Amino acid sequence: MGGLIELFTDYTLRNVALGSALLGVVSGVLGCFAVLRRQGLLGDALAHAALPGICLAYLLTASKTPVVLLLGAAVAGWLATLLILQIVKHTRISEDGALGIVLSTFFAFGIVLLTFITKRSDAHQSGLDKFLFGQAATLVEEHVITMAALGGAALGMVALLYKEFKLLAFDAPFAASLGFDTNVLSVLLTSLIVIAIVIGLQTVGVVLMAAMLIGPAVAARQWTDRLGVMIILAALFGAGAGVAGALISVSDKGIPTGPMIILSLTVIVLCSLFFAPARGLVWDALRRTRQRAALAK
Amino acid sequence: MIAQSIVEERSSTAVPRMDAAVANPVEINDLTVAYRDNPVLQDIDLTVPEGKLAAIIGPNGAGKSTLIKAVLGLVPTVAGSVRIYGKPYAQQRRLIGYVPQRNSVDWDFPTTALDVVMMGTYGRLGWIRRPGKAERDFAMHCLAQVGMDGYADRQISQLSGGQQQRVFLARALAQNAHIYFMDEPFVGVDAVTERAIVALLRELQRQGKTVICVHHDLDSAPDYFDWVALLNVRLIASGPFETTFTADNLRKTYGGTMKAAIEHFQHFEEDRRGSRIEN
Repeated sequence: MGGLIELFTDYTLRNVALGSALLGVVSGVLGCFAVLRRQGLLGDALAHAALPGICLAYLLTASKTPVVLLLGAAVAGWLATLLILQIVKHTRISEDGALGIVLSTFFAFGIVLLTFITKRSDAHQSGLDKFLFGQAATLVEEHVITMAALGGAALGMVALLYKEFKLLAFDAPFAASLGFDTNVLSVLLTSLIVIAIVIGLQTVGVVLMAAMLIGPAVAARQWTDRLGVMIILAALFGAGAGVAGALISVSDKGIPTGPMIILSLTVIVLCSLFFAPARGLVWDALRRTRQRAALAK
Repeated sequence: MIAQSIVEERSSTAVPRMDAAVANPVEINDLTVAYRDNPVLQDIDLTVPEGKLAAIIGPNGAGKSTLIKAVLGLVPTVAGSVRIYGKPYAQQRRLIGYVPQRNSVDWDFPTTALDVVMMGTYGRLGWIRRPGKAERDFAMHCLAQVGMDGYADRQISQLSGGQQQRVFLARALAQNAHIYFMDEPFVGVDAVTERAIVALLRELQRQGKTVICVHHDLDSAPDYFDWVALLNVRLIASGPFETTFTADNLRKTYGGTMKAAIEHFQHFEEDRRGSRIEN
Protein backbone atom coordinates (compact mmCIF):
# COMPACT_ATOMS: atom_id res chain seq x y z
CA MET A 1 0.00 0.00 0.00
CA GLY A 2 2.84 2.32 0.88
CA GLY A 3 4.36 1.50 -2.51
CA LEU A 4 1.19 2.57 -4.25
CA ILE A 5 1.16 5.98 -2.62
CA GLU A 6 4.83 6.40 -3.43
CA LEU A 7 3.94 5.75 -7.05
CA PHE A 8 2.06 9.04 -7.25
CA THR A 9 4.35 11.12 -5.10
CA ASP A 10 7.83 9.87 -5.85
CA TYR A 11 9.27 11.61 -8.92
CA THR A 12 11.40 8.68 -10.15
CA LEU A 13 8.73 6.07 -9.56
CA ARG A 14 6.12 8.15 -11.34
CA ASN A 15 8.33 8.52 -14.41
CA VAL A 16 9.18 4.83 -14.38
CA ALA A 17 5.54 3.80 -14.09
CA LEU A 18 4.30 6.26 -16.72
CA GLY A 19 7.09 5.39 -19.13
CA SER A 20 6.59 1.64 -18.89
CA ALA A 21 2.82 1.96 -19.14
CA LEU A 22 3.24 4.05 -22.29
CA LEU A 23 5.60 1.59 -23.90
CA GLY A 24 3.28 -1.28 -22.98
CA VAL A 25 0.27 0.39 -24.58
CA VAL A 26 2.04 1.36 -27.80
CA SER A 27 3.83 -1.95 -28.30
CA GLY A 28 0.67 -3.85 -27.35
CA VAL A 29 -1.41 -2.07 -29.99
CA LEU A 30 1.15 -2.27 -32.80
CA GLY A 31 2.15 -5.77 -31.80
CA CYS A 32 -1.37 -6.93 -32.70
CA PHE A 33 -0.80 -5.94 -36.31
CA ALA A 34 2.75 -7.33 -36.31
CA VAL A 35 1.53 -10.69 -35.00
CA LEU A 36 -1.50 -10.88 -37.30
CA ARG A 37 0.73 -10.14 -40.28
CA ARG A 38 3.21 -12.77 -39.00
CA GLN A 39 5.89 -10.11 -38.65
CA GLY A 40 6.87 -10.78 -35.05
CA LEU A 41 10.36 -11.72 -36.15
CA LEU A 42 10.64 -8.47 -38.08
CA GLY A 43 10.16 -6.68 -34.76
CA ASP A 44 13.03 -8.68 -33.30
CA ALA A 45 15.31 -7.74 -36.20
CA LEU A 46 14.32 -4.09 -35.94
CA ALA A 47 14.99 -3.98 -32.20
CA HIS A 48 18.43 -5.55 -32.52
CA ALA A 49 19.23 -3.33 -35.48
CA ALA A 50 18.55 -0.25 -33.34
CA LEU A 51 21.68 -0.77 -31.23
CA PRO A 52 24.27 0.46 -33.79
CA GLY A 53 21.94 3.37 -34.53
CA ILE A 54 21.98 4.45 -30.89
CA CYS A 55 25.75 4.07 -30.66
CA LEU A 56 26.42 5.98 -33.89
CA ALA A 57 24.05 8.75 -32.87
CA TYR A 58 25.99 9.09 -29.62
CA LEU A 59 29.40 8.98 -31.32
CA LEU A 60 28.41 11.57 -33.90
CA THR A 61 26.71 14.04 -31.58
CA ALA A 62 28.27 13.20 -28.18
CA SER A 63 24.77 13.78 -26.89
CA LYS A 64 22.66 11.62 -24.63
CA THR A 65 19.48 13.51 -25.41
CA PRO A 66 16.76 10.85 -25.82
CA VAL A 67 15.50 12.39 -29.06
CA VAL A 68 18.93 12.08 -30.67
CA LEU A 69 19.55 8.51 -29.53
CA LEU A 70 16.06 7.34 -30.42
CA LEU A 71 16.32 9.00 -33.82
CA GLY A 72 19.52 7.02 -34.38
CA ALA A 73 17.66 3.86 -33.34
CA ALA A 74 14.77 4.63 -35.67
CA VAL A 75 17.03 5.32 -38.64
CA ALA A 76 18.96 2.09 -38.07
CA GLY A 77 15.72 0.13 -37.71
CA TRP A 78 14.49 1.66 -40.90
CA LEU A 79 17.67 0.83 -42.79
CA ALA A 80 17.43 -2.75 -41.56
CA THR A 81 13.86 -3.02 -42.84
CA LEU A 82 14.82 -1.72 -46.26
CA LEU A 83 17.79 -4.06 -46.37
CA ILE A 84 15.61 -7.06 -45.50
CA LEU A 85 13.05 -6.13 -48.17
CA GLN A 86 15.78 -5.71 -50.79
CA ILE A 87 17.44 -9.02 -49.90
CA VAL A 88 14.14 -10.86 -50.22
CA LYS A 89 13.33 -9.09 -53.46
CA HIS A 90 16.63 -9.48 -55.29
CA THR A 91 18.11 -12.72 -53.99
CA ARG A 92 16.82 -16.21 -53.45
CA ILE A 93 17.27 -15.90 -49.70
CA SER A 94 13.98 -16.43 -47.88
CA GLU A 95 12.41 -13.92 -45.53
CA ASP A 96 13.49 -15.60 -42.29
CA GLY A 97 16.99 -16.01 -43.69
CA ALA A 98 17.20 -12.32 -44.54
CA LEU A 99 15.84 -11.37 -41.10
CA GLY A 100 18.41 -13.56 -39.39
CA ILE A 101 21.31 -12.17 -41.39
CA VAL A 102 20.36 -8.52 -40.93
CA LEU A 103 19.49 -8.93 -37.25
CA SER A 104 22.80 -10.53 -36.30
CA THR A 105 24.94 -8.27 -38.50
CA PHE A 106 23.45 -5.05 -37.14
CA PHE A 107 23.54 -6.34 -33.57
CA ALA A 108 27.17 -7.47 -33.89
CA PHE A 109 28.14 -4.06 -35.26
CA GLY A 110 26.21 -2.46 -32.40
CA ILE A 111 28.07 -4.51 -29.79
CA VAL A 112 31.43 -3.55 -31.34
CA LEU A 113 30.49 0.15 -31.22
CA LEU A 114 29.18 -0.20 -27.68
CA THR A 115 32.41 -1.82 -26.51
CA PHE A 116 34.39 0.95 -28.21
CA ILE A 117 32.33 3.63 -26.47
CA THR A 118 32.59 1.97 -23.07
CA LYS A 119 36.37 1.53 -23.45
CA ARG A 120 36.76 5.16 -24.46
CA SER A 121 34.90 5.99 -21.29
CA ASP A 122 34.41 9.73 -21.58
CA ALA A 123 34.19 11.95 -18.55
CA HIS A 124 30.40 11.58 -18.62
CA GLN A 125 29.81 7.86 -18.68
CA SER A 126 27.74 7.11 -21.73
CA GLY A 127 25.36 4.69 -20.04
CA LEU A 128 24.55 3.25 -23.43
CA ASP A 129 24.91 -0.31 -22.14
CA LYS A 130 21.52 0.27 -20.47
CA PHE A 131 20.03 -0.14 -23.92
CA LEU A 132 20.97 -3.82 -24.01
CA PHE A 133 18.60 -5.02 -21.30
CA GLY A 134 16.89 -1.78 -20.35
CA GLN A 135 16.99 0.22 -17.16
CA ALA A 136 13.74 1.87 -16.20
CA ALA A 137 15.38 3.67 -13.28
CA THR A 138 17.14 5.93 -15.77
CA LEU A 139 13.83 7.27 -17.08
CA VAL A 140 13.41 10.98 -16.40
CA GLU A 141 10.60 13.32 -17.30
CA GLU A 142 12.26 14.28 -20.56
CA HIS A 143 12.21 10.63 -21.68
CA VAL A 144 8.59 10.17 -20.71
CA ILE A 145 7.58 13.27 -22.67
CA THR A 146 9.47 12.05 -25.75
CA MET A 147 7.86 8.61 -25.42
CA ALA A 148 4.41 10.14 -25.02
CA ALA A 149 4.80 12.32 -28.10
CA LEU A 150 6.07 9.46 -30.28
CA GLY A 151 3.57 6.96 -28.92
CA GLY A 152 0.67 9.38 -29.22
CA ALA A 153 1.53 9.99 -32.85
CA ALA A 154 1.75 6.24 -33.55
CA LEU A 155 -1.56 5.49 -31.81
CA GLY A 156 -3.19 8.39 -33.64
CA MET A 157 -2.14 6.90 -36.97
CA VAL A 158 -3.55 3.51 -35.98
CA ALA A 159 -6.87 5.13 -35.00
CA LEU A 160 -7.00 7.02 -38.28
CA LEU A 161 -6.08 4.08 -40.52
CA TYR A 162 -7.63 1.26 -38.47
CA LYS A 163 -9.83 0.12 -41.34
CA GLU A 164 -6.92 0.11 -43.80
CA PHE A 165 -4.52 -1.68 -41.44
CA LYS A 166 -7.13 -4.32 -40.65
CA LEU A 167 -7.71 -4.97 -44.34
CA LEU A 168 -3.97 -5.05 -45.01
CA ALA A 169 -3.43 -7.58 -42.25
CA PHE A 170 -6.32 -9.80 -43.31
CA ASP A 171 -6.15 -9.70 -47.12
CA ALA A 172 -3.50 -7.48 -48.69
CA PRO A 173 -4.18 -8.44 -52.35
CA PHE A 174 -7.86 -7.64 -51.89
CA ALA A 175 -6.89 -4.27 -50.39
CA ALA A 176 -4.71 -3.64 -53.44
CA SER A 177 -7.54 -4.60 -55.80
CA LEU A 178 -9.73 -1.98 -54.09
CA GLY A 179 -7.15 0.68 -54.85
CA PHE A 180 -5.41 0.99 -51.47
CA ASP A 181 -1.65 1.31 -51.95
CA THR A 182 -0.52 -1.69 -49.93
CA ASN A 183 3.16 -0.77 -50.26
CA VAL A 184 2.54 2.60 -48.65
CA LEU A 185 0.36 1.01 -45.96
CA SER A 186 2.92 -1.69 -45.30
CA VAL A 187 5.80 0.77 -44.99
CA LEU A 188 3.67 2.99 -42.75
CA LEU A 189 2.75 0.12 -40.45
CA THR A 190 6.36 -1.04 -40.25
CA SER A 191 7.42 2.52 -39.43
CA LEU A 192 4.89 2.60 -36.60
CA ILE A 193 6.32 -0.68 -35.31
CA VAL A 194 9.76 0.94 -35.42
CA ILE A 195 8.35 3.75 -33.26
CA ALA A 196 6.93 1.23 -30.79
CA ILE A 197 10.33 -0.44 -30.56
CA VAL A 198 12.18 2.85 -30.18
CA ILE A 199 9.88 3.83 -27.31
CA GLY A 200 10.69 0.64 -25.47
CA LEU A 201 14.43 0.55 -26.01
CA GLN A 202 15.52 2.39 -22.90
CA THR A 203 13.18 0.47 -20.61
CA VAL A 204 13.17 -3.02 -22.10
CA GLY A 205 16.36 -2.99 -24.17
CA VAL A 206 17.08 -4.16 -27.70
CA VAL A 207 17.50 -7.83 -26.82
CA LEU A 208 14.03 -8.42 -25.41
CA MET A 209 11.99 -5.69 -27.06
CA ALA A 210 10.41 -8.02 -29.64
CA ALA A 211 8.69 -9.91 -26.82
CA MET A 212 6.89 -6.70 -25.85
CA LEU A 213 5.40 -6.61 -29.33
CA ILE A 214 4.49 -10.27 -29.55
CA GLY A 215 3.53 -11.16 -25.95
CA PRO A 216 0.58 -8.81 -25.32
CA ALA A 217 -0.90 -9.55 -28.76
CA VAL A 218 -0.64 -13.31 -28.35
CA ALA A 219 -2.17 -13.15 -24.87
CA ALA A 220 -4.99 -10.85 -26.00
CA ARG A 221 -5.84 -13.06 -28.98
CA GLN A 222 -6.67 -15.85 -26.53
CA TRP A 223 -9.50 -13.89 -24.93
CA THR A 224 -11.39 -12.53 -27.94
CA ASP A 225 -12.34 -13.02 -31.57
CA ARG A 226 -12.63 -9.31 -32.32
CA LEU A 227 -9.70 -7.25 -33.51
CA GLY A 228 -10.89 -4.12 -31.68
CA VAL A 229 -11.12 -5.94 -28.35
CA MET A 230 -7.82 -7.69 -28.99
CA ILE A 231 -6.07 -4.36 -29.46
CA ILE A 232 -7.50 -2.89 -26.25
CA LEU A 233 -6.61 -6.02 -24.25
CA ALA A 234 -3.09 -6.07 -25.71
CA ALA A 235 -2.64 -2.44 -24.67
CA LEU A 236 -3.78 -3.27 -21.12
CA PHE A 237 -1.61 -6.39 -20.87
CA GLY A 238 1.38 -4.48 -22.24
CA ALA A 239 0.88 -1.64 -19.78
CA GLY A 240 0.34 -4.04 -16.88
CA ALA A 241 3.48 -6.04 -17.60
CA GLY A 242 5.46 -2.86 -18.23
CA VAL A 243 4.52 -1.22 -14.95
CA ALA A 244 4.86 -4.41 -12.87
CA GLY A 245 8.27 -5.28 -14.31
CA ALA A 246 9.61 -1.74 -14.05
CA LEU A 247 8.54 -1.32 -10.43
CA ILE A 248 10.02 -4.67 -9.41
CA SER A 249 13.31 -3.80 -11.09
CA VAL A 250 13.47 -0.30 -9.62
CA SER A 251 12.88 -1.66 -6.14
CA ASP A 252 16.23 -3.44 -6.38
CA LYS A 253 18.84 -1.50 -8.34
CA GLY A 254 20.76 -4.52 -9.58
CA ILE A 255 17.98 -6.00 -11.72
CA PRO A 256 17.75 -4.87 -15.34
CA THR A 257 14.18 -3.86 -16.23
CA GLY A 258 13.77 -5.65 -19.58
CA PRO A 259 13.91 -9.18 -18.16
CA MET A 260 11.54 -8.26 -15.29
CA ILE A 261 8.98 -6.81 -17.70
CA ILE A 262 9.21 -9.82 -19.96
CA LEU A 263 8.83 -12.22 -17.02
CA SER A 264 5.74 -10.31 -15.86
CA LEU A 265 4.44 -10.52 -19.39
CA THR A 266 5.14 -14.24 -19.49
CA VAL A 267 2.84 -14.72 -16.50
CA ILE A 268 0.05 -12.97 -18.44
CA VAL A 269 0.76 -14.95 -21.61
CA LEU A 270 0.80 -18.29 -19.76
CA CYS A 271 -2.45 -17.51 -17.91
CA SER A 272 -4.03 -16.60 -21.24
CA LEU A 273 -2.75 -19.70 -23.00
CA PHE A 274 -4.08 -21.98 -20.30
CA PHE A 275 -7.18 -20.30 -18.94
CA ALA A 276 -8.75 -18.10 -21.65
CA PRO A 277 -12.38 -19.27 -22.00
CA ALA A 278 -12.64 -20.30 -25.65
CA ARG A 279 -9.03 -20.99 -26.63
CA GLY A 280 -7.43 -21.96 -23.30
CA LEU A 281 -5.57 -25.27 -23.20
CA VAL A 282 -7.10 -26.25 -19.86
CA TRP A 283 -10.67 -25.99 -21.13
CA ASP A 284 -9.61 -27.71 -24.34
CA ALA A 285 -8.31 -30.66 -22.38
CA LEU A 286 -11.43 -30.71 -20.20
CA ARG A 287 -13.67 -30.71 -23.27
CA ARG A 288 -11.69 -33.56 -24.79
CA THR A 289 -11.86 -35.61 -21.61
CA ARG A 290 -15.61 -35.07 -21.35
CA GLN A 291 -16.09 -36.03 -24.99
CA ARG A 292 -14.04 -39.16 -24.50
CA ALA A 293 -16.07 -40.04 -21.42
CA ALA A 294 -19.29 -39.46 -23.34
CA LEU A 295 -18.08 -41.68 -26.16
CA ALA A 296 -17.04 -44.43 -23.77
CA LYS A 297 -20.57 -44.70 -22.39
CA MET B 1 -31.70 -18.69 -50.95
CA ILE B 2 -30.69 -15.99 -53.41
CA ALA B 3 -32.47 -12.71 -52.89
CA GLN B 4 -32.13 -10.96 -56.20
CA SER B 5 -33.40 -7.52 -55.32
CA ILE B 6 -30.48 -6.08 -53.41
CA VAL B 7 -27.65 -6.09 -55.89
CA GLU B 8 -30.03 -5.04 -58.62
CA GLU B 9 -31.46 -2.03 -56.89
CA ARG B 10 -28.01 -0.91 -55.82
CA SER B 11 -26.62 -1.21 -59.30
CA SER B 12 -28.63 1.71 -60.55
CA THR B 13 -26.91 3.97 -58.06
CA ALA B 14 -23.43 2.64 -58.83
CA VAL B 15 -20.93 4.06 -61.28
CA PRO B 16 -22.50 3.88 -64.75
CA ARG B 17 -20.90 1.48 -67.16
CA MET B 18 -18.58 3.15 -69.59
CA ASP B 19 -19.72 2.86 -73.17
CA ALA B 20 -21.16 -0.54 -72.47
CA ALA B 21 -22.57 -0.65 -75.99
CA VAL B 22 -19.16 -0.36 -77.65
CA ALA B 23 -16.57 -1.54 -75.16
CA ASN B 24 -16.33 -5.05 -73.76
CA PRO B 25 -16.12 -5.62 -70.01
CA VAL B 26 -12.63 -7.08 -70.29
CA GLU B 27 -10.16 -6.67 -73.12
CA ILE B 28 -6.67 -8.04 -72.74
CA ASN B 29 -4.06 -7.28 -75.40
CA ASP B 30 -0.65 -8.94 -75.79
CA LEU B 31 -0.40 -9.52 -72.06
CA THR B 32 2.84 -11.10 -70.88
CA VAL B 33 3.73 -11.87 -67.27
CA ALA B 34 7.08 -13.39 -66.38
CA TYR B 35 8.69 -14.72 -63.27
CA ARG B 36 12.44 -14.21 -63.60
CA ASP B 37 13.10 -15.48 -67.14
CA ASN B 38 10.14 -17.82 -67.38
CA PRO B 39 6.93 -16.56 -68.94
CA VAL B 40 3.92 -17.31 -66.74
CA LEU B 41 1.57 -15.82 -69.29
CA GLN B 42 2.59 -15.09 -72.86
CA ASP B 43 0.97 -12.85 -75.46
CA ILE B 44 -2.54 -13.20 -74.13
CA ASP B 45 -5.22 -11.63 -76.30
CA LEU B 46 -8.57 -12.17 -74.67
CA THR B 47 -11.89 -10.38 -74.88
CA VAL B 48 -14.75 -11.40 -72.64
CA PRO B 49 -18.13 -10.21 -73.92
CA GLU B 50 -20.79 -8.58 -71.75
CA GLY B 51 -23.04 -10.74 -69.60
CA LYS B 52 -21.10 -14.00 -69.87
CA LEU B 53 -20.39 -16.57 -67.21
CA ALA B 54 -16.83 -17.22 -68.28
CA ALA B 55 -14.54 -20.00 -67.06
CA ILE B 56 -10.76 -19.81 -67.29
CA ILE B 57 -9.63 -23.39 -67.61
CA GLY B 58 -6.19 -24.94 -67.86
CA PRO B 59 -3.70 -27.23 -66.09
CA ASN B 60 -1.82 -26.33 -62.90
CA GLY B 61 0.71 -23.63 -63.67
CA ALA B 62 -1.17 -22.47 -66.75
CA GLY B 63 -1.32 -19.00 -65.23
CA LYS B 64 -5.07 -18.93 -64.56
CA SER B 65 -4.88 -17.11 -61.23
CA THR B 66 -2.04 -14.99 -62.52
CA LEU B 67 -4.26 -13.86 -65.38
CA ILE B 68 -6.87 -12.55 -62.93
CA LYS B 69 -4.19 -10.96 -60.77
CA ALA B 70 -2.63 -9.31 -63.81
CA VAL B 71 -6.00 -7.85 -64.81
CA LEU B 72 -6.44 -6.53 -61.25
CA GLY B 73 -2.93 -5.08 -61.24
CA LEU B 74 -1.77 -7.38 -58.44
CA VAL B 75 1.22 -8.80 -60.33
CA PRO B 76 3.61 -6.79 -62.50
CA THR B 77 3.22 -7.31 -66.23
CA VAL B 78 6.08 -7.35 -68.72
CA ALA B 79 4.01 -6.20 -71.66
CA GLY B 80 0.47 -5.71 -72.84
CA SER B 81 -2.58 -3.83 -71.71
CA VAL B 82 -5.85 -4.52 -69.95
CA ARG B 83 -9.00 -2.51 -70.55
CA ILE B 84 -12.16 -2.61 -68.46
CA TYR B 85 -15.04 -1.19 -70.48
CA GLY B 86 -12.46 0.55 -72.62
CA LYS B 87 -10.50 2.17 -69.81
CA PRO B 88 -7.50 1.19 -67.64
CA TYR B 89 -8.30 -0.82 -64.54
CA ALA B 90 -7.21 1.95 -62.16
CA GLN B 91 -10.07 4.12 -63.45
CA GLN B 92 -12.62 1.33 -63.27
CA ARG B 93 -11.96 -0.24 -59.86
CA ARG B 94 -15.47 0.47 -58.62
CA LEU B 95 -16.88 -1.74 -61.38
CA ILE B 96 -14.94 -4.80 -60.25
CA GLY B 97 -15.60 -7.44 -57.63
CA TYR B 98 -12.87 -9.87 -56.61
CA VAL B 99 -13.04 -13.24 -54.88
CA PRO B 100 -9.49 -14.42 -54.11
CA GLN B 101 -8.68 -18.06 -53.44
CA ARG B 102 -10.10 -19.02 -50.11
CA ASN B 103 -6.78 -20.31 -48.77
CA SER B 104 -5.05 -17.02 -49.53
CA VAL B 105 -6.00 -15.59 -46.13
CA ASP B 106 -5.65 -16.66 -42.50
CA TRP B 107 -9.14 -17.63 -41.38
CA ASP B 108 -8.09 -17.51 -37.75
CA PHE B 109 -8.00 -13.72 -38.09
CA PRO B 110 -9.98 -12.15 -35.21
CA THR B 111 -13.01 -10.93 -37.12
CA THR B 112 -16.60 -11.86 -37.94
CA ALA B 113 -18.30 -12.91 -41.17
CA LEU B 114 -20.17 -9.60 -41.34
CA ASP B 115 -16.97 -7.65 -40.84
CA VAL B 116 -15.28 -9.47 -43.70
CA VAL B 117 -18.24 -8.75 -45.98
CA MET B 118 -18.12 -5.08 -45.00
CA MET B 119 -14.56 -4.98 -46.37
CA GLY B 120 -16.22 -5.11 -49.79
CA THR B 121 -17.49 -1.58 -49.16
CA TYR B 122 -14.06 -0.20 -48.24
CA GLY B 123 -13.23 0.65 -51.85
CA ARG B 124 -16.22 2.97 -52.14
CA LEU B 125 -15.48 4.47 -48.73
CA GLY B 126 -11.89 5.29 -49.66
CA TRP B 127 -9.18 6.25 -47.19
CA ILE B 128 -9.91 6.89 -43.51
CA ARG B 129 -13.73 6.96 -43.72
CA ARG B 130 -15.22 4.20 -41.59
CA PRO B 131 -18.16 2.00 -42.60
CA GLY B 132 -21.45 3.08 -41.03
CA LYS B 133 -24.96 1.74 -40.74
CA ALA B 134 -25.60 1.86 -44.49
CA GLU B 135 -22.54 -0.32 -45.16
CA ARG B 136 -23.50 -2.65 -42.33
CA ASP B 137 -27.03 -3.11 -43.65
CA PHE B 138 -25.82 -3.65 -47.18
CA ALA B 139 -23.28 -6.23 -45.98
CA MET B 140 -26.12 -8.06 -44.17
CA HIS B 141 -28.12 -8.14 -47.41
CA CYS B 142 -25.10 -9.54 -49.24
CA LEU B 143 -24.70 -12.24 -46.59
CA ALA B 144 -28.39 -13.08 -47.02
CA GLN B 145 -27.88 -13.54 -50.74
CA VAL B 146 -25.49 -16.41 -50.11
CA GLY B 147 -27.63 -17.80 -47.30
CA MET B 148 -25.21 -16.75 -44.59
CA ASP B 149 -27.15 -14.03 -42.76
CA GLY B 150 -27.56 -16.37 -39.80
CA TYR B 151 -23.78 -16.43 -39.35
CA ALA B 152 -23.08 -12.69 -39.40
CA ASP B 153 -21.50 -12.58 -35.93
CA ARG B 154 -19.58 -15.85 -36.21
CA GLN B 155 -15.84 -15.70 -35.94
CA ILE B 156 -14.67 -16.70 -39.39
CA SER B 157 -12.59 -19.69 -38.26
CA GLN B 158 -15.79 -21.25 -36.91
CA LEU B 159 -17.26 -21.48 -40.40
CA SER B 160 -16.90 -24.50 -42.67
CA GLY B 161 -14.85 -24.18 -45.84
CA GLY B 162 -17.99 -23.77 -47.92
CA GLN B 163 -19.36 -21.13 -45.56
CA GLN B 164 -16.06 -19.26 -45.72
CA GLN B 165 -16.26 -19.34 -49.49
CA ARG B 166 -19.78 -17.90 -49.36
CA VAL B 167 -18.54 -15.12 -47.05
CA PHE B 168 -15.93 -14.29 -49.69
CA LEU B 169 -18.64 -14.24 -52.37
CA ALA B 170 -20.77 -11.96 -50.20
CA ARG B 171 -17.80 -9.64 -49.81
CA ALA B 172 -17.54 -9.40 -53.61
CA LEU B 173 -21.30 -8.72 -53.79
CA ALA B 174 -20.74 -5.90 -51.29
CA GLN B 175 -18.41 -4.38 -53.87
CA ASN B 176 -21.57 -3.92 -55.93
CA ALA B 177 -19.68 -4.54 -59.15
CA HIS B 178 -20.40 -5.06 -62.83
CA ILE B 179 -17.63 -7.57 -63.42
CA TYR B 180 -16.74 -10.30 -60.94
CA PHE B 181 -13.41 -12.10 -60.92
CA MET B 182 -13.45 -15.30 -58.88
CA ASP B 183 -10.42 -17.47 -58.22
CA GLU B 184 -11.46 -21.13 -57.87
CA PRO B 185 -14.72 -20.48 -55.97
CA PHE B 186 -15.73 -24.16 -56.19
CA VAL B 187 -12.59 -25.64 -54.64
CA GLY B 188 -13.20 -27.65 -51.49
CA VAL B 189 -16.81 -26.62 -50.93
CA ASP B 190 -19.79 -28.71 -49.83
CA ALA B 191 -22.80 -29.47 -52.02
CA VAL B 192 -24.96 -26.75 -50.42
CA THR B 193 -22.34 -24.13 -51.14
CA GLU B 194 -21.82 -25.43 -54.66
CA ARG B 195 -25.55 -25.03 -55.38
CA ALA B 196 -25.53 -21.58 -53.76
CA ILE B 197 -22.62 -20.44 -55.91
CA VAL B 198 -24.22 -21.76 -59.10
CA ALA B 199 -27.51 -20.02 -58.24
CA LEU B 200 -25.61 -16.83 -57.48
CA LEU B 201 -23.73 -16.97 -60.78
CA ARG B 202 -27.03 -17.39 -62.66
CA GLU B 203 -28.56 -14.52 -60.72
CA LEU B 204 -25.62 -12.24 -61.50
CA GLN B 205 -25.92 -13.16 -65.16
CA ARG B 206 -29.65 -12.44 -65.09
CA GLN B 207 -28.78 -8.95 -63.87
CA GLY B 208 -26.44 -8.49 -66.83
CA LYS B 209 -23.21 -8.79 -64.87
CA THR B 210 -20.13 -10.46 -66.27
CA VAL B 211 -18.46 -13.18 -64.21
CA ILE B 212 -14.99 -14.59 -64.85
CA CYS B 213 -14.04 -17.66 -62.80
CA VAL B 214 -10.85 -19.65 -62.60
CA HIS B 215 -12.12 -23.22 -62.68
CA HIS B 216 -10.28 -26.52 -62.61
CA ASP B 217 -13.01 -29.14 -62.92
CA LEU B 218 -13.53 -30.09 -66.57
CA ASP B 219 -16.62 -32.18 -65.81
CA SER B 220 -18.70 -29.46 -64.19
CA ALA B 221 -17.48 -26.58 -66.33
CA PRO B 222 -20.01 -26.94 -69.18
CA ASP B 223 -22.90 -27.01 -66.66
CA TYR B 224 -21.87 -23.88 -64.79
CA PHE B 225 -20.51 -21.60 -67.50
CA ASP B 226 -21.49 -20.52 -70.99
CA TRP B 227 -18.17 -19.13 -72.14
CA VAL B 228 -14.65 -20.47 -71.76
CA ALA B 229 -11.03 -19.47 -72.14
CA LEU B 230 -8.58 -22.37 -72.38
CA LEU B 231 -5.24 -21.32 -71.03
CA ASN B 232 -1.79 -22.83 -70.81
CA VAL B 233 0.67 -19.95 -70.50
CA ARG B 234 -0.66 -18.95 -73.92
CA LEU B 235 -4.32 -18.64 -74.71
CA ILE B 236 -5.29 -21.81 -76.56
CA ALA B 237 -8.86 -20.86 -77.45
CA SER B 238 -11.74 -18.76 -76.18
CA GLY B 239 -15.42 -18.47 -77.00
CA PRO B 240 -18.79 -20.08 -76.31
CA PHE B 241 -18.60 -23.54 -74.74
CA GLU B 242 -20.18 -25.42 -77.64
CA THR B 243 -17.56 -24.36 -80.16
CA THR B 244 -14.54 -23.94 -77.88
CA PHE B 245 -14.69 -26.77 -75.36
CA THR B 246 -13.66 -29.41 -77.89
CA ALA B 247 -11.51 -32.49 -77.46
CA ASP B 248 -8.94 -31.02 -79.81
CA ASN B 249 -8.65 -27.76 -77.88
CA LEU B 250 -8.49 -29.60 -74.56
CA ARG B 251 -5.68 -31.78 -75.87
CA LYS B 252 -3.81 -28.65 -76.92
CA THR B 253 -4.35 -27.18 -73.46
CA TYR B 254 -3.43 -30.17 -71.32
CA GLY B 255 -1.38 -32.49 -73.55
CA GLY B 256 2.36 -32.94 -73.28
CA THR B 257 3.23 -29.87 -71.30
CA MET B 258 1.72 -31.16 -68.06
CA LYS B 259 5.05 -32.01 -66.40
CA ALA B 260 6.82 -28.80 -67.38
CA ALA B 261 3.79 -26.84 -66.28
CA ILE B 262 3.79 -28.39 -62.83
CA GLU B 263 7.47 -27.63 -62.30
CA HIS B 264 6.92 -24.11 -63.47
CA PHE B 265 4.08 -23.61 -61.05
CA GLN B 266 6.13 -24.85 -58.13
CA HIS B 267 8.85 -22.29 -58.83
CA PHE B 268 6.30 -19.54 -58.94
CA GLU B 269 4.72 -20.67 -55.69
CA GLU B 270 8.12 -20.74 -53.99
CA ASP B 271 8.73 -17.19 -55.04
CA ARG B 272 5.34 -16.12 -53.83
CA ARG B 273 6.10 -17.50 -50.40
CA GLY B 274 9.49 -15.83 -50.40
CA SER B 275 8.14 -12.41 -51.25
CA ARG B 276 5.37 -12.34 -48.70
CA ILE B 277 7.20 -9.80 -46.58
CA GLU B 278 6.54 -7.15 -49.20
CA ASN B 279 2.82 -7.28 -48.67
